Amino acid sequence: MARAAIAFCWVMAIGLALFLIAPLLVIAAASFSPTPVFDLPLTGASTRWYGKIGRLDGFWPSLLLSLQIALLSTAISLISGTLAAIAIARGKLPGADIFATALVSPLMMPGLVLGIALLQGFRAVGFTAPWATLLVAHLVITLPYVARTMIAGLSRFDFTLIEAARTLGCTYPGSVLRVMVPALAPSFLIAGIFSFLASFDNYPVSIFLADVRTKTLPIRMLQYIEEAPDPTLAALSTLILLGTVILLFVSDRVVGLHRMAGTSD
Amino acid sequence: MTEAALPAPLAAPSVDRERLAAIGFVLPSFVIIAGVFALPLVLLLGVSIVDANGLTLANYKRLLGTPYYLGVVWNSLRLGLLTTLIAFLISYPAAFALARARGPLRSVLLATLFLPLAASVIVKAFAWTILLRSDGIVNETLMALGIIEDPIRMIFTETALIVGAVNIFLPFMILPIYAIVAQLDSRYAEAAATLGASPLVTFVRVILPLTLPGIVAGVALVFSLSVSAYVVPTLLIGEKYPTLATAIAKAYLLAREPGFGAAAGVVLLAIAIAVVTLSARLSREPK
Repeated sequence: MARAAIAFCWVMAIGLALFLIAPLLVIAAASFSPTPVFDLPLTGASTRWYGKIGRLDGFWPSLLLSLQIALLSTAISLISGTLAAIAIARGKLPGADIFATALVSPLMMPGLVLGIALLQGFRAVGFTAPWATLLVAHLVITLPYVARTMIAGLSRFDFTLIEAARTLGCTYPGSVLRVMVPALAPSFLIAGIFSFLASFDNYPVSIFLADVRTKTLPIRMLQYIEEAPDPTLAALSTLILLGTVILLFVSDRVVGLHRMAGTSD
Repeated sequence: MTEAALPAPLAAPSVDRERLAAIGFVLPSFVIIAGVFALPLVLLLGVSIVDANGLTLANYKRLLGTPYYLGVVWNSLRLGLLTTLIAFLISYPAAFALARARGPLRSVLLATLFLPLAASVIVKAFAWTILLRSDGIVNETLMALGIIEDPIRMIFTETALIVGAVNIFLPFMILPIYAIVAQLDSRYAEAAATLGASPLVTFVRVILPLTLPGIVAGVALVFSLSVSAYVVPTLLIGEKYPTLATAIAKAYLLAREPGFGAAAGVVLLAIAIAVVTLSARLSREPK
């Protein structure tokens, strides 16, 4: 009976793996479709859709906008989130537990609700420039990822090591740079990747802040799908996927994927 | 000898100064969370209960008092419940296999979890529209196998919606469960067996309670994500299946009814807060 149960678990795991990977394989296959319709299985292969990505209406400004917002919001969140995590982890902050919960709480909130709340809030104070509102809004999207990862990473860091380095003659900035930064680098990397992807992918918040000329890439992509889906979109998706694979592969080399699954401690 | 000659760390900073430094460190994050998260949510609540004539509950009456909008609320809950249930039934046994996997097999299985997680929801939903088309792979395969004779309509049905939602939110279910199962000490099960418990009793009385924190975390995550999903219903079923999320988007982007949209947002928020509070309480209970 135990044997049957184990076999059943394996069947489910393999099935789950195939099920999860299926849409990604389909997108990749469809991007090489020789005809404008998604004829699968493929009867031939063509790379012409990749050449057409750049000619999608409004593609370049949207890509640039999404990259700017994702990089800037991630950078600001990494700095403010790490500082906050340090204060929380050192335990000198009154009400640290409550604040730590508040920092990660946007993760559990429906994105769409955050989107309309921000739209109302920004309107109420007359702050309506789309680029700036998108950046400020994406801080709330990225900060929780940084806070969660850095609080967890810092909880394993021994702050007396900094004192030890200083006793041994390091300056304060020097000891932080040589002791704390290397110990926290993996958490920092994971936090950065997760928050970049969260911002780059965000649709439900951005849709309420964008205007006709300022549209992020996900908004643009959903628009393409609803208007006229053709393999160009699959080609674009495949390239984004490829970028993600490279990002994940590099981070796996550096810190190990099993660590991201939360099984290291 | 002056104090300045002492190595700095030996001079203990006063408690006040340390506290001040800590407050300075959290200040930027506090400003973001308070100003761009908490305040706007309070304002949203305000917008939902105020109109030109003052305080009103009209928006909530319309949402929770008319059969059409009650159906919309139910559609959201149904999407959340079905997605969560199916994702759990698949993930729970799979997590045990994943925890037993070693070496390259483990890496491959973990990669199949992380890769879709990092891929855009829009991309995955788009893939399902291709897969489920009447001349898509799923139909072609079923016909080739002789299971069906003519292509069946799958896209823009509830089946398509649930399949897509389960597919997209599944990693959020299996990862927390896997994190707990991987740390499970097999000696508990062995001890139960030694004491004469049947495999079924061991599972129900030992394994299930021990893995409950992972289940609670996964269920809470998947439910709160799927109950408020917007892209998935928009692309896979459309107008036929209005949910709270699509009603909110419509109220703001098309109908210009911010008061009503805000009320729908508050209801969705209340559902999310209820789930988070409930799961926090459940995972804190002993056992």
